[in-house]
Amino acid sequence: MTLTGFAQLYVFVLAAFVGYQMIMRVPPLLHTPLMAATNAIDAITVVGAMVLAGEGHGRLATVLGFIAVAAAMSNVVGGFLITDRMLAMFRRDSNGAAPAKARGMH
Amino acid sequence: MNRDLIVQIAYLVSSILFILGIRSLTHPDTARRGMQLAALGMLVAIVGTLFLYQVVSYQWIAAGLIVGSLIGYPLGMWVPMTAMPERIAISHTFGSLAAALVGIAEYYNLYHYGPSPHGATHLQMVALGLEVLFGSLTVTGSFMACGKLQGFITERSVTYPFQNHTNIAMFAVAIGMLIYVIVVPGAQTVFYGMVALAAALGVLMVLPIGGADMPVVLSLLNSYTGLAAAATGFAIGNYVLIITGALDGASGFILSVVMSKAMNRSFTNVIFGAFGSGEAAAGAIRSAEGLTVHPIAIEDAAMQLAYAREVIIVPGYGMAVAQCQHQVRELTDLIERRGGQVKFAIHPVAGRMPGHMNVLLAEVDIPYARLYGMDDINGEFPQADVALVIGANDVVNPAAKDEPGSPIYGMPILNVDEAKSIIVLKRGMSHGFAGIENDLFYRDKTFMLFGDAKDSLGKLVSEIKTM
Repeated sequence: MTLTGFAQLYVFVLAAFVGYQMIMRVPPLLHTPLMAATNAIDAITVVGAMVLAGEGHGRLATVLGFIAVAAAMSNVVGGFLITDRMLAMFRRDSNGAAPAKARGMH
Repeated sequence: MNRDLIVQIAYLVSSILFILGIRSLTHPDTARRGMQLAALGMLVAIVGTLFLYQVVSYQWIAAGLIVGSLIGYPLGMWVPMTAMPERIAISHTFGSLAAALVGIAEYYNLYHYGPSPHGATHLQMVALGLEVLFGSLTVTGSFMACGKLQGFITERSVTYPFQNHTNIAMFAVAIGMLIYVIVVPGAQTVFYGMVALAAALGVLMVLPIGGADMPVVLSLLNSYTGLAAAATGFAIGNYVLIITGALDGASGFILSVVMSKAMNRSFTNVIFGAFGSGEAAAGAIRSAEGLTVHPIAIEDAAMQLAYAREVIIVPGYGMAVAQCQHQVRELTDLIERRGGQVKFAIHPVAGRMPGHMNVLLAEVDIPYARLYGMDDINGEFPQADVALVIGANDVVNPAAKDEPGSPIYGMPILNVDEAKSIIVLKRGMSHGFAGIENDLFYRDKTFMLFGDAKDSLGKLVSEIKTM
């Protein structure tokens, strides 16, 4: 195995540990926002798709890259928006009216 | 400054912001700010990528970003909270589609692009193979899940003879093909065959899964999307993809385990058990014949609620279907104005995805301090004057505690049966998704309020107002 491959594996394993430790502490209250959030963050594949769409390696790769950018970008935009919409709704107590922005719009 | 360095710094910054974003989700007060930082991280990564020296033309990138944003905006802003499970499922489809397409195009170019295509190495094939395998499995699997949740594919479990054998055999063949292309990277037919087989497997794996098992399946697909992204990172040598993929993979995995535990079932049982098909349960269920239910009139139910000191509301998927969370809020306010106390008891698998009920109740401004998890509320049912069950069934079925023959025996449930009085809002006497008779509905202290939950709650509210 090459050294780069090994470094990649290190990063993966360590990130998985960090993820495990953090996510175990996410309360069930926020499990739906968590799924929306990981989905949004996961759309980082847009970065790989952008390289494919922009490196000019033939028509097929470019078109597939374009579709991949669009698919991933829809998750970036939609994912972060919906996560924010949800998180804005969670309030600690009933004192006072909910902040106006909590309805979803900014 | 060197362009490559700019890109690497951008990726490092976005990785840190992503981790901080996920970490912020450990508390509702910090979560929103944290996720906004994560969104900033995404922006940094996207802008940074434009500086990569491989990127020579921008028109297709720009077109893709614009089209994606146009699709994403309505998916983010206009989808109602009740439709969250199918919304999440469809975004799994998009996410894994991106990963699968990148993998396929990378592989194609290794053999078709340039003056002398040099082909793939074994190591590259491990990454590319896993990427397209998880990717295309999740594309079709999530689409099926979305269809079942949305209702254009039957939500009931679809079964046929030798189903599990077929699925296991197909899975084994797909793994065999993966190993083959790792050993012989040039076997292009096998590679594309594997893509097709994985896509077919995604459909067949989700087909037998009933509605009640959706929380587990959605979490599992979440995990697969993450693994596909991480594999993409390995394939194109990008650390930020590896990190986020690992985070997402871990998250999906943990959620699947939590959900399975909340149903007292193993992963394998969910995937191969075809729960909710009804037939599996048929032998074991005690027949309801000879038992009678006690229907209750609106006035009597209103009376009970109006004079109760402690009310525990137990929401289930029925609340999402009837979209009656606003009426629930109104009723809560009324009871409290009259001096009663209202708490919400939320089972981990209530609804069709993890945490679904919490989001719906938060939507109508019910403070999260009032939403109780199963372990926190179960001890309080004996003190509750009324337990109001809204569209929940299997998660309150006492058979899980005292009927060893029942298919849900051993599943942790909300101890609704210990409340002094129980009112159940229900459409009719249909079974829950597990297809099991619910003994709770026949108890002497249980009163059934039949009808559409939204309608019934509206009537309850106006009735209590007149008192």
